[in-house]
This record gives sequence, C-alpha cells and structure tokens, in this order.
Amino acid sequence: MSISVNKYICGYCGACVGVCPTGALELVETWIEVDNKCTGCGICQKICPLGAIEVNR
Amino acid sequence: MKDHYDVIVVGAGPGGSIAAKTAAKEGLDVLMIEKRQEIGDPIRCAEGVGKFHLKQHIEPDPRWICADVKGSCIISPDGTKVKMAEEMSGGEVGYVLERKIFDRALANESALAGAEVMVKTRATDLIIENDTVCGIKLMHLGKMHEVRSKIVIGADGMESKVGRWAGIETAVKPSDMETCAQYLVSNANIDQEFCYFYLGNEIAPAGYVWMFPKGGNKANVGIGILGSKSGEDRPIDLLNAFMEKNMPDAKIIEMVIGGVPVCGTIDRTIANGLMLVGDAARQSDPITGGGIINAMDAGKIAGEIAAKAIRNGDCSTDTLQEYEELWRKTIGKEINNSLIVKETFVKFTDEDLNSLAYSLKDINFTSMSLLDLLKALFKANKKLLWDLRGIFKDFIKNDVDFKYKAE
Ligand SMILES: Cc1cc2nc3c(=O)[nH]c(=O)nc-3n(C[C@H](O)[C@H](O)[C@H](O)COP(=O)(O)OP(=O)(O)OC[C@H]3O[C@@H](n4cnc5c(N)ncnc54)[C@H](O)[C@@H]3O)c2cc1C
Ligand code: SF4
Ligand code: SF4
Repeated sequence: MSISVNKYICGYCGACVGVCPTGALELVETWIEVDNKCTGCGICQKICPLGAIEVNR
Repeated sequence: MKDHYDVIVVGAGPGGSIAAKTAAKEGLDVLMIEKRQEIGDPIRCAEGVGKFHLKQHIEPDPRWICADVKGSCIISPDGTKVKMAEEMSGGEVGYVLERKIFDRALANESALAGAEVMVKTRATDLIIENDTVCGIKLMHLGKMHEVRSKIVIGADGMESKVGRWAGIETAVKPSDMETCAQYLVSNANIDQEFCYFYLGNEIAPAGYVWMFPKGGNKANVGIGILGSKSGEDRPIDLLNAFMEKNMPDAKIIEMVIGGVPVCGTIDRTIANGLMLVGDAARQSDPITGGGIINAMDAGKIAGEIAAKAIRNGDCSTDTLQEYEELWRKTIGKEINNSLIVKETFVKFTDEDLNSLAYSLKDINFTSMSLLDLLKALFKANKKLLWDLRGIFKDFIKNDVDFKYKAE
C-alpha cells in the first residue's frame, strides 16, 4: 500500500507531514517524499487542504 | 559552517529566530538552519497578532505591519453580529503583519545578535549518543553533513520531525488539526480596522471563516475546519463557496494553505540535549489558532534555559525541565483553557451558535478580550456553557488572558 501526491496540486504546506502517524512523509523543498513506513491509513489524504493525496490500495 | 556549536536551532520561523537571538545574546555560539531558500515564504498564516505581546519581543516596524486592528466582529450562521472594539485611547490592539518580511526581520535580528544562519539547509536526523541529542545531520545543496552541539532547539513548525527523531510523539490526530486555506484578496471592501469571524457548520464545520484586513483594501480571507470533518468538501472548496457568496467582487492575488494543531499541550517537549518550541511543540492556541506569539515566548524561554544549562555544564532533562515548567505555567495554561473552549464550541449546532450570538446582541463590548466575551456568554447561557465554568476560576486565579488582550 502506498500513496501518491499530485505535485501539480500540492501547495507544500506540510499539514500531511504533521498528521502522518508513522512519520512516512517529509516536506523536501517544494514536494512531499513518502518512504516505506507508509501503511496506507489515509489520514494524510483526509487532512490535505487541496486534495493532492490519493491512497492506492 | 563549523562542526560544533553550543546550540543548533532547526527552523527559522518566529520561534526559532527568537530562540537563536536569545541564545546568541547570552553569548552562546549558535547555528540556525532553515530548509527553505527564502525565510518566511510561502506563508502559512492569517498574520494577526496582539500588539502588547508582540512588543515584548520586537519594536513594531511599519515595513512589516499591514493593518492596525481595533476590534473584531463575530457573525453567527443567521447573520447576527457581535462586535467587540477597544475604546481606550489609541484603540488599536492588534496588527496584521506581512509575515514574509516579519520572519526575515526576526531572522536578521538573530544574525545581528551573532547567530550563524543557513538557508536551504535541512535537518535530516539527530545525532543521538547515550540517550542524549548531540547534534544534527543536515543536507545543504545536496551534500550531507554532521554538526554537533550541546543543545538542539527544534523550531521546525507544524511539520516537525525533530521531536519524533528524539522519540517524542508529536503526530497530530485529524480531529486535532484545523486544515486551512486562505486567499489574499484585493478589492476586499471590509472595514480595515476590524477582524471578522464567520461561524457555522455549513460555512466551516468545526471551524470558522476569517477576514483580516491587510491594508489598502486588501484582506486575508481564510477558512479552517477540523481535519476529521474534511473529505468531500475540502477547505479550498468551502472557501471558494464562501467567496462566491460573500465577496463576489474580491480579486485573489495569493493562495495560502496549511494546518494548525489544536490538540492542546503535549506530554513532553524536552529530551536530553533537546527542546521543542512553537508549532513543533504544538503550542498554538486551539481556539484562535494563533501561534506566532506563543512560539516567540517559548523561543525566548528556550534560549535562556539553553544558556543556563550550558553554563552549568548540564544539558540533560534535569536542567531543561525548567523550560518545560516555565512554558506550561504561562503558555500552557492558556492553551489548555482554550482547549476546553474549543471542545465545547465544536459541539454546537448552528441553532446553538445563533442563540449564543443573539444573547450578546445588546451588549456593548469595550474590550477585545476573549475572556470578556466568554464571561458575557457564560452569564447569559449558563446551561449551554456549563463545561466552561472551571476556566473562569482559573483565569482569575492565575491572572491569565488570551493573547489578544490590550495593555
Ligand atoms: C492558515 C493559518 C493561519 C494562521 N493564522 C495565524 C494568526 O493569524 N496569528 C497567529 O499568531 N498564528 C497564526 N497561525 C499559526 C502560525 O502561523 C504558527 O503558529 C507560527 O508560524 C509558528 O511559528 P514557529 O516558529 O513555531 O514555526 P514556523 O513559522 O512554521 O517555522 C518553522 C520553520 O522550520 C522550517 N523547517 C521545518 N523542518 C525543517 C528541517 N527539517 N530543517 C530545517 N528547517 C525546517 C520550516 O521551513 C519553517 O520555516 C496560522 C496558521 C495557519 C496554517
Ligand atoms: S497537505 Fe496536501 S498540499 Fe499540504 S504538503 Fe501535504 S499534499 Fe501538499
Ligand atoms: S497513508 Fe497514513 S501512513 Fe501513509 S503517508 Fe499517509 S498518513 Fe502516513
């Protein structure tokens, strides 16, 4: 399970990073990086103010 | 960049810059790193601050002040207005800042005090030895470096990782995070001396829409909703709907997004060799969402305690505990009171909100203090607000108030 962040939508605000329970996300420069700690829980998708994140199940 | 400092501050927001400035003034050797290439940009803020508290840290400068605010106006779902304005001479109690310039001015102050500042430099991990934080790993222009220090101050904001690297749980639940979108608009046509707050579960579920004057007929118009209520309608969609209905003539000239932790105080903000300040320590106010002043207050305390710890040659939690105690006594008290208010208010239906606003419509508020507003609300609506009774005692006993009070 993983997520994809649409970099054309993302406004690099970091809200998703703050809620990710596993610490899988990081805001680097102007994009979001996801590492293998992601469990696909979908919390980041819920919080994103712009709807840039999709969870792939 | 050297390979050793007394203090490394991660993040050059208001919290980090005040911490770095304070520590440098105490004679410490300080490095402050910021991962962005431009400090303060893009902003994630509505830019409102109380004057009195701001002045404790920096002399107001017209270069980063956009508007002088003397009152606020709360609008209930059915349009009932509650107006609060300071009637003291001078009147204005708050500013709306230009944070891009403000944050840079603060960073500059820390540099002038002697701190070394590096931008486009990102902390990627902590160096931890014998259960003690001894420095950071960082990336600058694609290259990794290790830099050691006696103390690390994590001021890395809402997306903080520094605390987590040290084993401090700072992840925020969606029900404890306001997710926000904001436009800077021109042609705003609002009273430039007032801040406006629109309440209602349709407009902004478990949150509100704000309009803050930015000078020259401009305004920050934004929305925050509780993360747990977001999904189908996201902040950006709700904001667009609000704009269409209420500000059809406004022209958007900037977009701002972000999250505000509204979880209340967390259990721990220190480790051996580490302190967290500001949004990294989840020190923003759960009801106003304000975090600038709290971050600066905490940064100042952390800078002072860092100096004390280094002088005493003990940077373990034994000494840093004093930071923990000092911020909890002041900022922490307010945050936890605000948390009670927030938890009460998010449960209200639109009918509740309307009747609360209605109960105040004949009261003439001559102060902008949130406490005065709550007191009047409580007096007229004891049943609905019974959960809040405890905080009044606490306010009076400890002589604390919310950040928006005047001198
Ligand atoms: C929409 C919105 C509206 C708001 N409105 C208001 C308001 O009106 N009034 C108010 O008082 N507060 C408001 N706030 C809250 C306020 O913006 C924050 O509380 C405040 O900025 C916190 O300051 P800080 O120094 O703790 O963190 P920040 O200002 O977030 O600074 C943290 C810095 O650390 C940097 N950083 C992060 N990770 C790293 C790393 N690994 N390495 C190096 N650098 C790093 C970031 O790039 C950032 O520059 C609002 C917030 C939002 C989202
Ligand atoms: S919350 Fe959304 S907009 Fe913000 S950084 Fe994450 S993906 Fe980007
Ligand atoms: S889906 Fe869950 S674990 Fe994966 S990045 Fe998002 S919040 Fe983190």
